[in-house]
Amino acid sequence: MRLVKNLGYALGLPVLLVLLWWGYTLVSSNFYVPEPGEFVTTFADVWFGERFFDDVLPSIGRLLVGLALSILLGVVAGLVIGSVRWLRSLLEPVLEFFRAIPPPVLVPVLMLLIGVNDQMKVVVIVLGSVWPVLLNTIEGVRSVDPVMTETARSYGVDGWSRFVHLVIPAAGPQMMAGIRQALSIGLILMVISEMFASSSGLGFTIVQFQRSFAIPEMWSGIAVLGLIGVVLSFVFQRVERKVLAWYRGLKEVENAG
Amino acid sequence: MARTRAGRSWGPAALGALGILGFLATWEVLPLTGLVDPRYLPPASEVLAELGAQFLSAGFWLAVWQTVRAWFLGLLIAAAAAIVLGLVIGSSAVLRRATHTTIEFLRPIPSVALIPLAVLLFGVQLESTLLLVVYASFWQILIQVLYGVADVDTVAQNTARSFGLGRLARVRYVTWPTALPYVITGLRLGAAVALILAVTAQLVIGSPGLGREIALAQSGGAVSAMYAFVLTTGLLGVLINMAMRVLERRALAWHSSVRGEVAV
Repeated sequence: MRLVKNLGYALGLPVLLVLLWWGYTLVSSNFYVPEPGEFVTTFADVWFGERFFDDVLPSIGRLLVGLALSILLGVVAGLVIGSVRWLRSLLEPVLEFFRAIPPPVLVPVLMLLIGVNDQMKVVVIVLGSVWPVLLNTIEGVRSVDPVMTETARSYGVDGWSRFVHLVIPAAGPQMMAGIRQALSIGLILMVISEMFASSSGLGFTIVQFQRSFAIPEMWSGIAVLGLIGVVLSFVFQRVERKVLAWYRGLKEVENAG
Repeated sequence: MARTRAGRSWGPAALGALGILGFLATWEVLPLTGLVDPRYLPPASEVLAELGAQFLSAGFWLAVWQTVRAWFLGLLIAAAAAIVLGLVIGSSAVLRRATHTTIEFLRPIPSVALIPLAVLLFGVQLESTLLLVVYASFWQILIQVLYGVADVDTVAQNTARSFGLGRLARVRYVTWPTALPYVITGLRLGAAVALILAVTAQLVIGSPGLGREIALAQSGGAVSAMYAFVLTTGLLGVLINMAMRVLERRALAWHSSVRGEVAV
């Protein structure tokens, strides 16, 4: 009974929305709104086949490479900059400015500097999504509890082990928050870089459908992008729960006390 | 944050200025050494001169105005919708549970996925930009409002009820003040995202504004103008961040714990 109720809560609204959509296509034939059945068959036709290997996988590959690079760069540089006070003061205004530039404007710039190729698309993703990771890591390192820092120092914890046991865990929650922002920016940039300058990839394909007024195909492309977003955020939540398990426990204890 | 800033206000500020100068100097030297082709990356002085020239042109300010207008309108619509919906959904346990999966599914959909739809529906107009801006910033704010409403103290809620406050009065005097810090956080996040999407829409779709100017300058080979516009979007971003911080301080001046930044 309980399970049924939970399931009802989880699926009730989505099912209702699909029914509404279906009902709408029954009573009116809006050119822009395909029928649910048509949509599903189009989705299967368009994306389960060659296109999956030609367009979807390369796009996802570039996204993952770009994200991995920006997380690595952001965390390493953030740890260094965050630990050195003068370096932080020196670089902070410049970095804040770079963060404030809307990342998609980098696409035309990098088209000039690098040309239109795979490296350019990966560089766009890295240059856009590195900032939230970098600045959040700096902020996380900066706000390490001074009592802990001093305790670690008096116990002679320094060098490498100071990073591993004190700084990285303490900055962890902030880093993860930055990485979450990086994921969504990275996905945006993957699409933009392909829409703007490309002859393959998800973004290109979807725009192509729109230009040729292939409406159900276009919607199916939008759905693919949505699915990638949903899967990314699901995976991230799983990882975050694992990595920050200690933090959640701590928060619960603090909130209860 | 405030303490450290006030305590050593001179050192960091001077270092920061030095950092900016260093960055500009690097940018100036790079194309001169030939490491980067000066046709593709003009030296800083040239771009800054171009930016100065742009400051005197009416077209430039029109583009800035169009971008700011799309940003502001989009944020306003998103905020109004998200706050109303968030308060309604958040104050009912049934609604909260029933909408959870739908929200979690719709939220991560990248708003740029809607670009083709915007083009079909509205073409190269303000509305296309607005569609993307509203979609992107709506979720940021809605989630924060929902967190905020969930944070309401049950004792305060029950007290208000025993004192005979009606539903609306409870929202006004109990829920809203609790949720306000979250709303402001949502607004700050939404504001940054809204600018990104406003410029993106203009860049990709070609609706009027700074983004379109960048695309036009790039395809027309006006390289320093393109960099000048890119710098402008960055400056706009910095201004918006600063404005949102001022808003936060104003709106939450009464808030006892001037909270440590909520990690987002």
